[in-house]
Amino acid sequence: MSAREEQARVNDFALKIGTVNGTGSASANALLMQAIFRMGIPISGKNIFPSNIQGLPTWYEIRVNEHGNTARTPVFDLMVAMNPATYERDIAEVRSGGYILHDDTWPLAETLRRDDVHFLGIPLAGMCVENFDGSRERILMKNIAYVGALAALLEVDTEVVKELLQERFGARKRALLDSNYLAIKLGYDYAKEHFDCPLPIRLERMDENADKILIDGNSAAALGCIYAGATVAAWYPITPSTSLVDAFTDYCRRFRKDPDSGRNLYAIIQAEDELAAAGIVLGASWMGARSFTATSGPGISLMNEFIGLAYYAELPGVFFNVQRTGPSTGMPTRTQQGDLLAVAYASHGDTKHVALFPADPHECFDFTVRAFDLADRFQTPVFVVSDLDIGMNDWVVPRFEWDDAYVPDRGKVLDADDLERIEKFHRYLDVDGDEIPYRTLPGVHPKGAYFTRGSGHDKWGNYTEDSAAYREVVDRLARKIDSAADAVPEPRVLGMRDSRFGVITVGGCHMAVREAFEELNDRGLCFDYMRVRGFPFHASVDEFLNAHELNFVVEQNRDAQLRSLLLLETSVPRERLRSVRYYGGLPLSAHHVVEGILEHLPGVESCDDSIDLSVPRPEGAVR
Amino acid sequence: MTHISKPRVIHPSLERNELGLTVRDYEGSMSTLCAGCGHDSITAALIEAVWELNIPLHGVAKLSGIGCSSKTPTYFLGDSHGFNAVHGRMPAIATGASAANKDLVYVGISGDGDSLSIGLGQFCHAIRRNLDMLYVIENNGVYGLTKGQFSASADVGSRAKRGAVNQQPPIDSVLLALSMGATFVARSFSGDKTQLVEILKAGIKHPGFALVDVLSPCVTFNDHVGSTKSYMYTREHYHAAIHADFVPPEGEIAASLEPGAVQDIAMHDGSVVRFSQIPWHYDPTDRDKVDEYVRERQARGEVVTGLLLLDEAAEDMHGVLGSVETPLRDLPVETLIPGRKALDQLLDEYR
Repeated sequence: MSAREEQARVNDFALKIGTVNGTGSASANALLMQAIFRMGIPISGKNIFPSNIQGLPTWYEIRVNEHGNTARTPVFDLMVAMNPATYERDIAEVRSGGYILHDDTWPLAETLRRDDVHFLGIPLAGMCVENFDGSRERILMKNIAYVGALAALLEVDTEVVKELLQERFGARKRALLDSNYLAIKLGYDYAKEHFDCPLPIRLERMDENADKILIDGNSAAALGCIYAGATVAAWYPITPSTSLVDAFTDYCRRFRKDPDSGRNLYAIIQAEDELAAAGIVLGASWMGARSFTATSGPGISLMNEFIGLAYYAELPGVFFNVQRTGPSTGMPTRTQQGDLLAVAYASHGDTKHVALFPADPHECFDFTVRAFDLADRFQTPVFVVSDLDIGMNDWVVPRFEWDDAYVPDRGKVLDADDLERIEKFHRYLDVDGDEIPYRTLPGVHPKGAYFTRGSGHDKWGNYTEDSAAYREVVDRLARKIDSAADAVPEPRVLGMRDSRFGVITVGGCHMAVREAFEELNDRGLCFDYMRVRGFPFHASVDEFLNAHELNFVVEQNRDAQLRSLLLLETSVPRERLRSVRYYGGLPLSAHHVVEGILEHLPGVESCDDSIDLSVPRPEGAVR
Repeated sequence: MTHISKPRVIHPSLERNELGLTVRDYEGSMSTLCAGCGHDSITAALIEAVWELNIPLHGVAKLSGIGCSSKTPTYFLGDSHGFNAVHGRMPAIATGASAANKDLVYVGISGDGDSLSIGLGQFCHAIRRNLDMLYVIENNGVYGLTKGQFSASADVGSRAKRGAVNQQPPIDSVLLALSMGATFVARSFSGDKTQLVEILKAGIKHPGFALVDVLSPCVTFNDHVGSTKSYMYTREHYHAAIHADFVPPEGEIAASLEPGAVQDIAMHDGSVVRFSQIPWHYDPTDRDKVDEYVRERQARGEVVTGLLLLDEAAEDMHGVLGSVETPLRDLPVETLIPGRKALDQLLDEYR
């Protein structure tokens, strides 16, 4: 089959690279990704990696799309098959008519051959053995060489690749730079010489990324912590949140050194476990420092006791939950939105928490700063709930903006002068009638002393076992948290063309849902769209749900947790919510959304009002 | 009624400290523990120690976990900042608090259940971090609030009130702290206030983790014949081995005892801990010797008390973290937020 028979597809394809974990392929893949980004083309990269240090299969998926549809797609046009252990499944995954680039230093088993795809064999290992010394360098350069071959096949701008290598290694690592140049050239030249370059799937410069950056959500959140003025971080290592604290550490080294003493304007404490990490956050916030922890589902489970204390004793604190696939240890390197309920009502007894749901790294940055303000304002733990896909993958997002006029909202804190003026301070007294009492910071003034406790207390701050006194405080707490609904980021709404159907989703589902709309629109189906971005839900969530006959709730967990939250927290009748779920651990694809919605609409061909839905039209439906 | 405040009547003749405060100003609300509880004696000793050190009340943060011992912070230093945390996890709160504000005096009160069972991990890690705090374990070998179960400090062969005999070996906080590298290790007895006050003062002044394990009999559940944590048993077996006097910077060192029997250790703020009655071959700065001595005496059935080990050279948590002198919570926001220009420059690297 000749490549020329294929119809050209410029800036619209997906490729997947299958390698062995620990061989340096991550660096080669990042190079490819960044080069295409610099060519101004919308792109996404998804690292599908194992819970392993070295030896297990790992994949990297790249999708380019001129229209910006860069959600994960399960359909691959090109496979770079570098790992013999996964040849069989990797080769099977390529669409008919697609391409398989493989190392043919050793011949590919005949049983692996497919006659509906193009095999592009390059003796990568052989070339690297000839040109490089030492097994480590040979392995590393084999990966760089496939980037060179892809540059020829897809028309990646080699000048951009060279520029990136120059930036990466510079003059300091001259030998490494030369090796990389050589490896790129080996792959490039071989492909040029042996194949019909470029392939019909290829790249062409665009100008879509001028005001954009390529960054992962964990780095973005860590930067948000810097810009929120956080000084104390406590954590316990856990995938996929570890890189958030690693990034915070790097930014602190850069931005948080006292120029006079050379000492640190921060404290990062690796705790003995997540329980201690949560306690350290609360101890620091009690003293008045902005503090945070980053963890994932298992850590949230462990932190529950302290989260309840923070809620009841009214202590701020920012808790990042970079979700991974549960339950239990689950699949630690796969993504999911499985902790929505666990976060919303974390800890025993009556609790409810403020949570923010970023959809991408840009929102990770913005929401992080906001989370610290909300935690201080409402004197309560605030959760920033992202996931492995957002947190660990590089995303193309608009540059973050910063207003130098920003002043952290430290909430209702009485300073020494305030305390001097008042007769007596009571920590849990709602003086202003806004459900939020004043707090003091220890050590500031003799009148500011109070007792912080997780045991029953009355509004004067004294221990109590009295029913009425206990209820007075917890009732205020319920009102306080509910009042945060207007302060969390408002839902993002698209459409509102008075469609009969609504789609409501959360977090990283955004890209896939948006893309799904295009396909559904082609089928004549139109939807209004809402993405919730904060909890407790804004009043407009209730309105949106009740304004649509049928709402499809798209989320990434088995048990329809967002739908449960909507049922618990809004007035929407159960029959108006239809669940669309994907929870296999890979980032959501548009096709999951399309299939999931169509499943609920048998026989629906268009958005013509005359069609008979398989569900009764609820009474009093707001149109 | 679940909270009893104590009327504050101060007799004009009561002695005042440098801040013009009487010892009564350092009290808290009325204790709701059982009459005769050892913990109340420790509370009294703490009040005296902090008063004598002239520490302003709002300069103290008192923290505890859960249990009888952890209730006591409401009974002392009423005008200081209290934090009653969750069971066994007060060290985490203290760690965060100290990280944010190193300028307060941190006093942690815990029990043998709180520190040696549910909170054993946190206890050990606070020692590892050399967190600058006084950490008092009010040790009675029993769970009081839940009515008399053995704790992890109960000795083998010790008999519970209802007759059960403990078979599991105890976790000895002093030996554990010695092996964990604690920089201040002491054991005392709630019935020996003279010794305890001096140890508490030195512990507060110690720039690091100061463990004071205080045998504190539970009069309701562990003060019977057959218990090894009863008043009678402790009085018969305790051995005030090493005498330590705390001498503040401006204080005069009392006339020396016999030469060779005295060892002075200077503390960071200029105060001195004077050790006397030191046994032959004992050295409060030599961890191995202290460990050997305590074990030897334990084998003979003795409970050794005193300030057993003092290491003033080790860095505390802030030293290890390399944080600035100013408490982090007091840093002005301009020094913390790099601003728009710095952000733009940084983001250029994400291109």
